[in-house]
This record gives sequence, structure tokens and C-alpha cells, in this order.
Amino acid sequence: MSAFFRKLSRYYLWYSACFAAFLIALAMLEKEGMPRVWIGYLFMFATIVLYAAIGVINRTSNVTEYYVAGRRVPAMFNGMATAADWISAASFISLAGGLYLHGFDGLAYIMGWTGGYCLVALLIAPYLRKFAQYTIPDFLAARYGGGAGGRGAPVRLMAVGATITVSFTYVVAQIYAVGLIASRFTGVDFSVGIFLGLASILVCSFLGGMRAITWTQVAQYIIILVAFLIPTMWLSVKHADNPLPQVAYGSVLPKLAQREAQLERDPKELEVRAIFRQRAEVYAARLKALPGSWQAGKQEVQRDIDAVKQRNASLFEIRSAERVLIAYPKSAEEAARVWTDLRNANLARAQAPEPHATPFPGEDRAQSDIRRNNFLALVFCLMLGTAALPHILMRSYTTPSVHESRVSVFWTLFFILLIYLTIPALAVLVKYDIYTSLVGSDFAHLPTWISYWANVDKVNPLISIADINGDGILQLAEIAIDGDVLVLATPEIGGLPYVISGLVAAGGLAAALSTADGLLLAISNALSHDVYYKVVDPAASTQKRVTISKLLLLAVAFIAAYAASQKPADILSLVGAAFSLAASTLFPALALGVFWKRANHAGAMAGMAAGFITCVYYMLHTNPILGGSAAGQWFNIAPISAGIFGVPAGIAVLVGVSLLTPAPTRRTIGLVDHLRAPE
Amino acid sequence: MPPEAPAIPTDDAAALRQRRALLAARYRHWRRTRRLTVALLAVWFATSFGTVFFARELAALSLFGWPLSFYLAAQGASLIYLAILGVYAWRMRRLDRDFRDSP
Repeated sequence: MSAFFRKLSRYYLWYSACFAAFLIALAMLEKEGMPRVWIGYLFMFATIVLYAAIGVINRTSNVTEYYVAGRRVPAMFNGMATAADWISAASFISLAGGLYLHGFDGLAYIMGWTGGYCLVALLIAPYLRKFAQYTIPDFLAARYGGGAGGRGAPVRLMAVGATITVSFTYVVAQIYAVGLIASRFTGVDFSVGIFLGLASILVCSFLGGMRAITWTQVAQYIIILVAFLIPTMWLSVKHADNPLPQVAYGSVLPKLAQREAQLERDPKELEVRAIFRQRAEVYAARLKALPGSWQAGKQEVQRDIDAVKQRNASLFEIRSAERVLIAYPKSAEEAARVWTDLRNANLARAQAPEPHATPFPGEDRAQSDIRRNNFLALVFCLMLGTAALPHILMRSYTTPSVHESRVSVFWTLFFILLIYLTIPALAVLVKYDIYTSLVGSDFAHLPTWISYWANVDKVNPLISIADINGDGILQLAEIAIDGDVLVLATPEIGGLPYVISGLVAAGGLAAALSTADGLLLAISNALSHDVYYKVVDPAASTQKRVTISKLLLLAVAFIAAYAASQKPADILSLVGAAFSLAASTLFPALALGVFWKRANHAGAMAGMAAGFITCVYYMLHTNPILGGSAAGQWFNIAPISAGIFGVPAGIAVLVGVSLLTPAPTRRTIGLVDHLRAPE
Repeated sequence: MPPEAPAIPTDDAAALRQRRALLAARYRHWRRTRRLTVALLAVWFATSFGTVFFARELAALSLFGWPLSFYLAAQGASLIYLAILGVYAWRMRRLDRDFRDSP
């Protein structure tokens, strides 16, 4: 094994060296005047071809190789691959932006997404490795039995349902991100971008299953790491004279707090905020006077058009006046909705910026307590959700031994932390940069990256800047920025060459592709191994099993890509909810399956159902997108943290029903003893 | 703990003794594993929820320039998690080795 480890290390060192040479060559070409769009193309195609090539080299149709990479991935490389599996487009692109926008509250994601690994290691991973089968439903079916012949088909199918629900929401978001990045950096159409990314995912997982995915993910992790660290280190040197951002941002934080205090009572800022408050009041007044105000507004717009037409204005002026009419709400109900949104948006912008490092600022103690409780609930759901995500747990099957599976979780968190410890630093550094060098600059001399990113998406601009109070100077309150732009624009904010922007895009693409790879495999394995082989046709030959699995992978990938190409806003906003759902449905059954012998078939079925139903009920009841309303919240907990109710419900029902029904069979007790016993 | 097996020099008794010793060793191993798991989970719980619950009180303290509660949530907690994983892998390896070395 150590020879295998040395061989792998040699390969990946060579790979890293080649990647560095590729970067340097591109940087030199940029200096020679190669156009930017070519740099984007080169990055996109070079990385996609690379992933496909690794897939081709690792092609396999052996069952153990296809499902669990032959169970011989050394702990460190398994950790690296799991880290790439874990770091999704959301972690890479949105997390730093979330911290920028929400300050302390955003840290719930950092804590939740790292602390979950303690539960993975202590409660689940080593026992799954000892069990040594292929999927998560495998484990639950063997542990809880029941169904025809005690093979556990009902539990298995429920677990498959949970796996697919959770993974599918998640994979659509990844493929959406692939399309977004590819279309932004190469200028191809969004759907073309999706199918380009899909091609590389498919070549890789279709040919080589888990084996190819593992080795591709290690390569992707290296790109993700380099792409994230280079721009952050640059900013760190710029603002703190220290190339280690994780340490250096401590000295920037007090300076940022000072600047925040200054901006909070700056007279120009107050002026802009007052204008926004005024606008909000105008909408509030109109809302109060509905439906009369809607009628009056419509007549006024109509009058404007007539006036423009009468004074023989240019065609352009008439068109723009007509466009106002088209955009005007069609009915009083629509007006109520649109104006409420506008009022709230203006009110939000009238608020002074919250201090970045202060925990739970609020008007009074009760408001502050609500924010704290939501933070705690979100951390809880993200942690337990992490410990129940099938595509992460699946990776504990791929190590050579139980001991290595424990070490592998350690390496996983280590490699995740190389990125995650940098994210809070990046948020602070970018915030400081924007607060000091961008705010207060002249409108005539804004940096070029602003106009570039403002024009990428015209409908929902990623960044919009307008001179609200007309003084020609940029105030902080005049900037509206979307969190997603932060990481992608960091190289330009820091004034780095374009090749680094291309690198960051390649990093984001790698993050999205690696996660999508793992998720697609989790879904297709659940369908092919658990549904087809274990339930439909247990006599299938190994060759047939792998072929079916590959075909299903293809089908799932196309369905997911089709779903993503529809730009489903509702699915994307539900990705956070996947954690609550996974935690409520799978976590109680997984953890109690090892640590409580008395847990039985009926208990597991009832517990999984209860957790799922509680979680879904709460989301439907409180999430406005799903038709609920914030008024239905229990203890003011946001719908994303529905798991805080789902998990206790799942555990309580599992325990209660297990105690009311007969104890598990001796075979099950024997299995639990086997799981607990050392190797 | 199983009682000492009587010393009758037959094959059956020897096999029984061996089996009992194995079960006792397994039981010991599982008890220690459970204890370690509970202890580390307690650390995990205090790190995750204790520090956040008292974040407003801890914000007044500072650590090398960071407000303590901000530092813990941003980086400190994650580093403690990493330490928990390291200790778990290391201690469990010792427990596994003790089990193999015991008769």
C-alpha cells in the first residue's frame, strides 16, 4: 500500500507542476496580448479535457471498482477527494459573499459545515466501513431488516427515496452553477455551458464510476485550493503585509470596525439612507391607498404617454414611456405584491450597515435572542445534515480499513479547512477594500470591474451602483452587491491579471463539477444497486449491474441538466433545506442503528417517516416560496432550519415505536456486535 | 464481566475460555470506545453550541486582536473539530491495538 501511496503522490506532484507551468504560460501569453476571451476558453477546455482524460484512464466495469473504487484509496487521498466532493459551488462562490453580507450570522455555515464531520467520524463512518457494503440504503436495510424474507426492502426503498430527494435538489444547483460559470467566462449560451460541463461529468463517472471520480476529485481539489488561495493571499499582502490571510485578517478587523463606525454616522451616508426611507414611505402610502392608488398610477402613466406623443418626441422616448406602462402592475393584487417588495427593499437599504464582527445585533434583547436561536438551529441542522448526506457517507466505504476511514475523515476536514479558514479572511479583506478604496471614490472614475459585473445579468444585476443623492461621490449605501459576485470578482478587486480571474472561474467550475460527480453517482447507485439489483432482480450478473448503473447515471444526469436549464429559482433556494431534510430523515436511523441495539424495523420506518413529514410540514407551513408564511413559525425559527424539529421528532418516534414493538432478531444483534467489534 | 472459567483441562473448556476472553475483550473495547465517543461529543457540543449561546458575553474578550466570539465561530471552532477528529483517530488506534494484544 505504501508503494501505491508513493506512486499516487508522484503522479499528483507531477500534475501540480504541470498545472503551475500552464498558469505561468498563460500569464506570459496574456502579457503578449492574448485576448481575454481566449484565456477563458483555454481554462475551460483544458480543465474539462483533463477531467475527461482521468475518467478514460480509470475506466472500469468491475463492481467493486465501480461502486467503491476497489476499497483501496489511501486515507489522505480519500480525504482530499471527499473535500472536493464537499466543497460545492455554494461553498466556493457564495459562502464568502454570504459572510460579507451577513457578518457574524454567516458564520453559522462555517461552523455547521465543519462540525458535522465530528458526527461523521464519531457516529457513522467507521461503522459503515466495518459493514463494508456499497450504499447507505444497504446499511439501513441490513440493520433493520423486515419486509419479505427480512431483507429490509421497505427500509431500503425509504432510504433510496430520501437519498434521491436530497441529492437531486443539490445536484441541480451544482449543474446550474456550472452553466453560470461557463457562460460568464466564455460567453457561450447558458444551456450550452450546462451541457459542456455535463459532458465532462459523464465521461468521468460513466466510464469509471467511483474509481474515476475519486482520482478526478483529487485533481479538482488541487485546482480549487490554488484558485481560492492566490487572490486571497494577494489581498492579504495588500492590506496587511502578510501572505497568510488566515492570520493576517486579525489586524484588518479593528480597522474595519473603525471604518464601519465612521460610515455609520457619515452625513452623506445618512442623506442616502434618508432618501431610501422616503422612497419606502411613498410605497407604503400607495399600499395603504389601494386599490385607488393603482388606478391613479395607471392613469398617470397613460397621461405621460399621451404627453410624450403630443409633443412629437422621438421614437425612443415614446418606446420608453410605453415600457413604463408594460412594467406597471396589471392588477391591484399584483401592485400590492410588487409594492410590498419594493417597500421592503428600500427599507432594507435605508438601514445602517451592521458591524461585521458583532454577534446578533438587534434592537432589543428579544430580537437579538431570535437571531441567536436561529443561528444555533441552523448550525444544528447543517451539522446533522452533513452527517447524513449520502454522497459524503458513501466515501467511507472506499478506504482500505476501519482505521483508515477514521483518518480519512480527519484529512477531509483538514483539506476543507484549508479553504474554510480562508473564507472569513477573504470576506473581511474584500469588505475593507470596498469600504476604504471604493466608497468615497468619484463616480466618473469607478473601476472597470463594476461595469463588467453589473452587465453580466441585466435582470438581477450582481452589483448595482447609482448616484442616489447626486453628489458625484460614491457612498456605501449606494452600492447594492450580490454575494455571488464577491469571489468571482476578487482578482479584479485586488487588481490581479486576468489569468487569475480565469483560474478562479476554473476553481468554481471544479467545485461544482466535483460535487455534481459525487451526487450523480449517489443517485444512480441508489437506483441501480438498491432498487434494481436488491429489489427488482437479485439474480442480475455483475456485468449487467454495472451496465444498468451506467445507463441510469446517464438518464439522471440528463434529467438534472434539463431541470437546471429551466433556471428553477425555487429549487435553487431549497438547497439549504436539503440539509434539514437529510438530517431529519436519515440521521436518527443511521446513528441509533449503531448505538442502540433495541432500535428495530418498525421503529426505523416510523422514525424516518416522522422526521421527513415534520420537516416537510414545517417548510410548507413557513416558507413563502412553498406557499407558507412567516407567521406560522414556531419559536421564530426560519424554514431552512426545519430539521431542529424534524430530528427530535424522528428520534422520539424511532425510540417510542421500537420500544412498543418486538425486539430485533438475534441476527440483527449479531450484526450490531460485528459493527462495534474492532478489526 | 464474565466469571473466571473453571480450570478443567479439556478442549471444550479451553475453547469456551477463549471465547469468553474474546467476548470480554470486545466488551471492554466497546465500553472504552463509547466513553471516548461521549467525551469527544461533549467537547463538540460545548464548542458548537456553548460558545454561540454565550457569544454576546464573549465578544468583549479578545484574542490576538479578534473579538473572541467572532474568532471562535470563524476559525476556532473548526480547529477544535479538527483536533477532535485527530484525537479520535489516534485513541481508537490505540484501543484497537490493545484489543489485538490482549489474549
